[in-house]
Amino acid sequence: MATTEEIRAQLAELVNDVAGVPVEDVQLDKSFVDDLDVDSLAMVEIIVGCEEKFGVTIPDEESKNLKTVGDAVAYVEAHL
Amino acid sequence: MTLKASVGSPFARILSVGAATPSRVIDNEYLLQYIDSSDEWITQRTGIRERRWIGEDEDIKTLSLTAGRQAIERAGVDVAEIDAVILSTISHYHQTPALAPQLATELGLTDAAAFDISAACAGFSYGLAQAEALVRSGQARYVLLIAGETISEITDLTDRGTAFLFGDGAGAVLVGPSETNGIGPVVWGSDGSQAGVIWQTKSWQDAVADGTWPKLGMDGRAVFKWATGFIAQAAKKALEEAGITADQLDVFIPHQANNRITDTLLRYLKLPENVVVARTIQTLGNNSAATIPMAMDALLASGEAKSGQTALIIGFGAGLVYAGQVITLP
Repeated sequence: MATTEEIRAQLAELVNDVAGVPVEDVQLDKSFVDDLDVDSLAMVEIIVGCEEKFGVTIPDEESKNLKTVGDAVAYVEAHL
Repeated sequence: MTLKASVGSPFARILSVGAATPSRVIDNEYLLQYIDSSDEWITQRTGIRERRWIGEDEDIKTLSLTAGRQAIERAGVDVAEIDAVILSTISHYHQTPALAPQLATELGLTDAAAFDISAACAGFSYGLAQAEALVRSGQARYVLLIAGETISEITDLTDRGTAFLFGDGAGAVLVGPSETNGIGPVVWGSDGSQAGVIWQTKSWQDAVADGTWPKLGMDGRAVFKWATGFIAQAAKKALEEAGITADQLDVFIPHQANNRITDTLLRYLKLPENVVVARTIQTLGNNSAATIPMAMDALLASGEAKSGQTALIIGFGAGLVYAGQVITLP
């Protein structure tokens, strides 16, 4: 079972890959839009990337609630 | 009793490509009279700086004829040998008759099979699969495939999610027999459960009843998700089906829906940096089925791509439908 930190680290790589955000900036308390400057299209890519990387399904109605890195990590943890 | 079967060529290839670019240049600034947006926002989200719309004396028919005529001339094939014309379009706003028979006649073809197909932004690859099959089965010696669109006529200029996306244009290819294979196996499919993701906003009956023209609606987020997930995998499969690897590819021509989608496809496919990538959306916008042949024509004309090179093409759009192949460039 992956730990919270392991999921965060993998998500950070993904966010870096998609939006060019430095890996070290992708911390649990950061908002994708407000802090990391991730726009709506990049956010969709991050969602698709999470589904692939972690093997989870993130429906649209759920993905809209994933505001912070912590939200996304918690969702993945709960659905692994 | 034994029925005789038609006998075709073992292989088919694209012999030539032609294109018709409409005359009106519409920059992002022009659209700001209709939507609350900015040149920067549009460019950042889509890569589109300008698109082409039909001007006076231009329509789906003139564009399609220009592209088709160019493809025939460039192939140097006698029109008498062209047995079929396929028009891929979603913007011939006339339920019947189909436009392809009129195009065939005006192009000087006599008694050619001719029909329209509707596969939206996947229309070129759908049509190519049919053209290839007709040639290889012997149902036709040469097939003219035209993808023509005037999406500007159904663009909702008040929709700040789509007003800037669409343009007009036409591209055409002549497909014929070949001693070596120039068209890999098609990877295609559909998902009707997502019919509501890109759609005509109302039926013709409803349009007549309320007296206003239907528009093209799109759930951009859903399309983006589908294109960067499922379609990326389909593109990979098209390479595998053709028996080639990413490092053997010279050119990548995805449907020009959005530069950001193209970026993601590139990342997923891990294409080497020397692969030439079509970005014609920057100046042509998304003209549905026409994007792939128009990009092919532009890349060959500029010298960025060369005849005989190997290209991956993939179209995806309303249906939802998609189709992709690996081809040898004409």
